[in-house]
Amino acid sequence: MKELSLNILDITENSTKAGAKNIIISIVEQGGCMTVTIKDDGCGMTKEILQSVVDPFYTTRTTRKVGMGIPLFKLAAEQTGGSLKIESVCEQDDPVQHGTTVTAVFHTDHIDCPPMGDIVSTLTTLIGGNPDVHFLFSHQMDGKTVGLDTDELKSVLGDVPLNTFEVLKWIEAYLKEQYDAPSSI
Amino acid sequence: MKSLAELAAIRDKMKDKVVLREGTSDMRVVVGMATCGIAAGARPVLNAFVELVNDEGLAGKVTVSQTGCIGICQYEPVVEVFEAGKDKVTYVKMTAEKAKKVVEQHLKGGEVVTEYTIDSAKA
Repeated sequence: MKELSLNILDITENSTKAGAKNIIISIVEQGGCMTVTIKDDGCGMTKEILQSVVDPFYTTRTTRKVGMGIPLFKLAAEQTGGSLKIESVCEQDDPVQHGTTVTAVFHTDHIDCPPMGDIVSTLTTLIGGNPDVHFLFSHQMDGKTVGLDTDELKSVLGDVPLNTFEVLKWIEAYLKEQYDAPSSI
Repeated sequence: MKSLAELAAIRDKMKDKVVLREGTSDMRVVVGMATCGIAAGARPVLNAFVELVNDEGLAGKVTVSQTGCIGICQYEPVVEVFEAGKDKVTYVKMTAEKAKKVVEQHLKGGEVVTEYTIDSAKA
C-alpha cells in the first residue's frame, strides 16, 4: 500500500463486510504521533480468529475470513516504531455490544511513515459503496479538525441516497474545503 | 463554503430523477475492492468509472459497484462488465486512463475493448 488512506479503505471494508451499521473512523495527529482508529458495530470475531488475523499465512482461501489487510496495516505502523491493536467482541458472546476496534499508532516523524494520501477519496469510495452505513469521520490535526457525519447528511437528504453522484461530489468538496481551510495556529 | 442548504438543493433536484433510475440499469460495472485490488490501484479506477459514467450521461443505463476479491489477484485492478444476455467481460490491470476507453467504446458504443480483457492478457 502506497498510502495510509488505502490501508484505511481496506480495513474499513472489513467492517462493512462484518455487517456494521455504524463505523467511526478517527485520525488524531498530535506532536510526532498519529493514531488511526476504526471502530465498528459489526459481528465481531471470536478469540481464535482475533489471534490469527495478524498472521498473513493463516488465511484459508476457501473461507477468506482473513487475509493480508491487517498484516499490511500492522507492518506499516510497526515500521515507524508504532503499533497495531485489535479489540473485538463477537456477536455470539454479546448480542448487544459487539464489534471490532482497530487502533494503529504511527510515528509521523519516522522516515518510513507512509503519506496519508487521498483520504477524501477513501471516504467517498466507502460512502459510495455503502450508502446505508452510518460513517462518522474525524481527522484531528494540530490546530484544526476535519469532520463528517453521514447521519447529518441523511437527515437533509431524506430519500435521496448518499451514493447519488451529485451527493458524493458535494461530500468530496465539503471535505476538501475543510482540509484546505487554514488552521487556527 | 459548502453548506447543508446546498445539499437540500441537490435533494430537491434529485427527487424526480431517483424514481426514473430504479430498475432501468441494464449494464453493471463491478470493481474488485479487496486488499489485492486496493493495493494495485483500484480506488482511482473505481472513481474514474463513477465520474465518467455520470459525465457521459450513462447513469440511467449503467451502475457502478464494488465487490471483494474476484480471485485473480495477479491481474488486479480487475473490472467486470455484466450485461443481460451477454457473456461477462473481465478487464484486467486497469487504470483510470484505460477506464476512459472502456466507457467510450464498450459502455457507450457496445464494443468490447479486447486488448484490455483477461483473454488477451493470458495470450
